[in-house]
Amino acid sequence: MMGVKEKMTNSKLIPEIRIENLYKTFVTNKGQEVAALRDINIDIYSNNFICLVGPSGCGKSTLLRIVAGLEKASSGNAIYKNKKIDSPSSKIGLVFQEYSLLPWRTVLENVGLGLEFKKISFNKIKKIAGEYLELVGLSQFAGAYPYELSGGMQQRVAIARALANDPEVLLMDEPFGALDAHTRILLQKELLRIWEKNRKTIVFVTHSVDEAIYLADRIIVMSSRPGKIKQCIDIEMPRPRNRANPLYGKMSEQILDMLEEESSLATPLAELAVN
Amino acid sequence: MKKIGISFFLPIVIPVLFIILWHELALSIDNKVILPQVKDVLSLLLHPGQELISMGSLLSNVLVSLARVLTGYLLAVIIAIPLGILMGYYTKIFKLFNNFLGLFRPIPPLAWVPLVLAWFGVSSMATLCALEKGQLYIYLNNLKLSMVFIIFIGSFFPVLTSSIYGVTTVRKTLLDSAQVLGANQLDIFRKVLLPAAAPSVVNGMRIGLGVGWMCLVSAEMLPGSISGVGYLITHAYTLARTDIVIAGMISIGAVGAALDYLFRNLEEKRFKWQYLSR
Repeated sequence: MMGVKEKMTNSKLIPEIRIENLYKTFVTNKGQEVAALRDINIDIYSNNFICLVGPSGCGKSTLLRIVAGLEKASSGNAIYKNKKIDSPSSKIGLVFQEYSLLPWRTVLENVGLGLEFKKISFNKIKKIAGEYLELVGLSQFAGAYPYELSGGMQQRVAIARALANDPEVLLMDEPFGALDAHTRILLQKELLRIWEKNRKTIVFVTHSVDEAIYLADRIIVMSSRPGKIKQCIDIEMPRPRNRANPLYGKMSEQILDMLEEESSLATPLAELAVN
Repeated sequence: MKKIGISFFLPIVIPVLFIILWHELALSIDNKVILPQVKDVLSLLLHPGQELISMGSLLSNVLVSLARVLTGYLLAVIIAIPLGILMGYYTKIFKLFNNFLGLFRPIPPLAWVPLVLAWFGVSSMATLCALEKGQLYIYLNNLKLSMVFIIFIGSFFPVLTSSIYGVTTVRKTLLDSAQVLGANQLDIFRKVLLPAAAPSVVNGMRIGLGVGWMCLVSAEMLPGSISGVGYLITHAYTLARTDIVIAGMISIGAVGAALDYLFRNLEEKRFKWQYLSR
């Protein structure tokens, strides 16, 4: 525990990912400009587990896609280790909400996909993919096809695929959003177990406050459209966190209140849209 | 047991009734130009190697037709698949070609006949290869350019449309996730786009082959044709040999159904994932 703390303080000197003065504006089909993200500034340090929470439509997924290099900021920068992010790179992995596995490939072939792009030899890919499949506990499904797996298992394969590529940073876009409550809690535990092992930097987008408190070192609360950073909250409860802990409940209430303010602000707009 | 019996007999009920009806009608009409007897047509089909109305056998004519269709069809596939994939993936290429091709799409293949005759006349693949005699000449001379072109037009659009559709409906998440894993443009084409679009492309190839095969009779009615099952039918008609007309029609149907079956079989085996995944 001490070791980890020390490592964190050391790496605090240079952020692994720095987002500075970032704006994102979309142009609708009618030519109207819609602001999605406004003046985002975040520093993310190595080995940290960050959760982004916010009401739906606040641009948190867009922010993640910009960091992944899939979209470009309208102004401002997303910087990875002093280099501007302008295209996807295998250093930064991304796990999608659902259905991102190639349905015509077996589970093992899916996990090895990123390694194929790196032109690694077939036997080596098989070995590495097998190891990561074991890490997520799905070795016996190596030869199965994605449609033969449940949603939770598919997401575990997607996580194994991202990790097999050995990224420095793992971005996760509501990866458990489509799962039932029970599977979701299981996978949260699973993800923490894996993270404790390899300590990648994780940026995890969710709209579940409970999930964020359970997982994160630090929660970034975003406001609704245009998305801005409302508050950063460090969670210092030791892991594994107990949902029965009064502090857990207090934190949850505090963040939910913040989000509620957002939705009450958003109501007149929503009414306008209906009318 | 009873259930198996029913499901086995169900598909042959209608054909059997149809043949009985045909047989009875033929007997009561008693005019083989209007409706020949079932047994006459059947005997033609059972002896496909038999020489007919000095045009060679039914089998050899079917094979000539098959060679023509496959030539036109393969040309269509070779051009339509790459073009369709590029049009599906690159919006600019789509915009470049789509309106132009959209004008040609509604023109029935048969409407091309006069123009095609003016262009190609009776020249054949043999003309293209500058052959004037020999065994190869006999084969290639059967592949008239005008027929190949008509069949090409018939097959081209179904293959093109399905290829475009196949590529445009690939889920964006699949492309994004490959990109994030470090795929370059070639990787994305080879490992994501093509396999994902393959079921739709193959479906288009199946429909294209069917349409090409249907264009056959009109193509073989063109001048310069002295063989092929389409020509056999029209020639038998002028000789009032309705039994040969029907035998020829049945062969066209049977070959078309067989080709379709081969494709369906391939689709079911190779693309099972498509029906099973959401």
